[in-house]
Amino acid sequence: MLLNHARLIRFFTDANEVVGRKKLQKMIYILKKVGLPFNEKFGFHFYGPYSEELTLRIEELCNLGFLTERREKKESYIQYHYILNDEGRQFLDQAPDDLPVCGDLVQRLNDQSARFLELIATMLYFDDLTPEEVEQKVTEVKAKANYKQEEFTQAWQFIEQLKL
Amino acid sequence: MAYQNAQLDEEKVFKDPVHSYVHVRDQVIWDLIGTREFQRLRRIKQLGTTFITFHGAEHSRFNHSLGVYEIIRRILENFTDRLQWNSEQRLLCLTAALLHDLGHGPYSHCFEKVFDLDHEDFTKQIILGDTEVNQILTKVNPDFPKKVAEVINKTYHDKLIVSLISSQIDADRMDYLQRDAYYTGVSYGHFDMDRILRVMRPLDDKIVIKSSGMHAVEDYIMSRYQMYWQVYFHPVSRSAEVLLSKILQRVKALHNDTYQFQQEPTHFYSFFTGEIKLEDYIKLDETIMVYYFQAWINEKDSILSDLCYRFVNRKLFKYTNFHFKKNMSDLFQLKQLFKQVGINPDYYLEVDSSSDLPYDFYRPGEEEERLPIYLQMENGELKELSEASEIVESISGKRRTDHKLYYPADRIKKLPDSQEKQQIKALLGMK
Repeated sequence: MLLNHARLIRFFTDANEVVGRKKLQKMIYILKKVGLPFNEKFGFHFYGPYSEELTLRIEELCNLGFLTERREKKESYIQYHYILNDEGRQFLDQAPDDLPVCGDLVQRLNDQSARFLELIATMLYFDDLTPEEVEQKVTEVKAKANYKQEEFTQAWQFIEQLKL
Repeated sequence: MAYQNAQLDEEKVFKDPVHSYVHVRDQVIWDLIGTREFQRLRRIKQLGTTFITFHGAEHSRFNHSLGVYEIIRRILENFTDRLQWNSEQRLLCLTAALLHDLGHGPYSHCFEKVFDLDHEDFTKQIILGDTEVNQILTKVNPDFPKKVAEVINKTYHDKLIVSLISSQIDADRMDYLQRDAYYTGVSYGHFDMDRILRVMRPLDDKIVIKSSGMHAVEDYIMSRYQMYWQVYFHPVSRSAEVLLSKILQRVKALHNDTYQFQQEPTHFYSFFTGEIKLEDYIKLDETIMVYYFQAWINEKDSILSDLCYRFVNRKLFKYTNFHFKKNMSDLFQLKQLFKQVGINPDYYLEVDSSSDLPYDFYRPGEEEERLPIYLQMENGELKELSEASEIVESISGKRRTDHKLYYPADRIKKLPDSQEKQQIKALLGMK
């Protein structure tokens, strides 16, 4: 009961601010893939793993006044910033979550670009394939992103570190 | 003639209340409809527990799957002049449309949440596993099952094919909105689908809408919005869904505590352990579930017995609006009070949020968050729908969420008079 909301708020206590909805989506997906208990269901969309449930829950947390959403006008689109506020922190005091300590990991993810996290998340989505097949599949489904071999290499290293 | 091109001697039609007729000419489609895995969808309701509120909503995933197939068949007819697809690509679209919901379980959404499952995984398993469906698809081409599974899971390389089955304006949504409106009997949910199909255009890897069709799409967006709030998030249906979740949670907990069932949950064993065999999954449908619920009314465990009685006989939990900020401390107090009067809050008190729903309404989102609906303007330029339509902008810009607290009002009323009872009633706003 309210646990799913509380887990997200706890995530934001570690992340503090997340810039961009795509980044937020990929961060939660990656955390879920490494075993953190997020319940939002993800499917594959045009831009990699995506959860409508997560989108709705973030909207709820903004409506409830626990997260502050700030819009930043970019050249051809609007970018959203999500920041935990005091009311969100108060909510967490009342609704304790069960998320294990993961502050370092959240920070490391938050330090990466949305593009890199998108690559990591997409590679993890196909984790039932061999590494060669993963790269081939990612290249195929994300042809427009045009990921370079060195990005794949960095991504594999990052994934390896995630498993530790 | 190769199996993938084989046609029936004469066209078969299914009478359908939404599309008038569903037309089948391909032997492969006809054979797929006849498989046991597809026929199983007759025993999975499209709207789960909504029939408890809207008594007409007894339609099945079988009806809906045929409907999605029919819409794709019509789209492909319209696209004939524009797309140079070979017969396998055409068949791939039709097959993916027909089979896209194949892995839905009984009371799907609720069942998946309690047992941490994903129906899309099971759709894939049925298509790729040792099944009648797989035998038919393999006859088309040994690679064909994999391609169908990829289209349904949206990981197929040709995004245009994926977009037809799954996007913000796709065959799946167009069918379920109209079908759900028809069977629930509500007056919203209707829009001019024929017009939308006429103004859909394949463009590179996506489907766009000719700008002259904007008003038809506005109508579709409006329908989606109204159906969301009026049908899908109906608080009474959600109450039945809460009960269902609680039954499954209770059965699981009892099993883990080695409780001796009078009616053993045989069909659920592999779901409790998480090692689910495909055959077990296919065997479990809503007729089986309801059988268990009926039987468990007679269990000695009073919680399971009561929850099942409530579900079978529509003795639902009541609800009140829940405000996180205002009611948060009330909730913790209520939990304590429930325990004091002998009502287990784990099974009799639940907050349900709109984000718990498997439905959504249209919002354009941030760049590269999800693919929006694009209008193709006369000069060829693409415009995101809410930029061109004030109606859509007003809906998509409006943030609306909802939270309800469910509780057993009848049971609370029957409690002997006490201070705790009065406190509970006051906190819940009961008279």
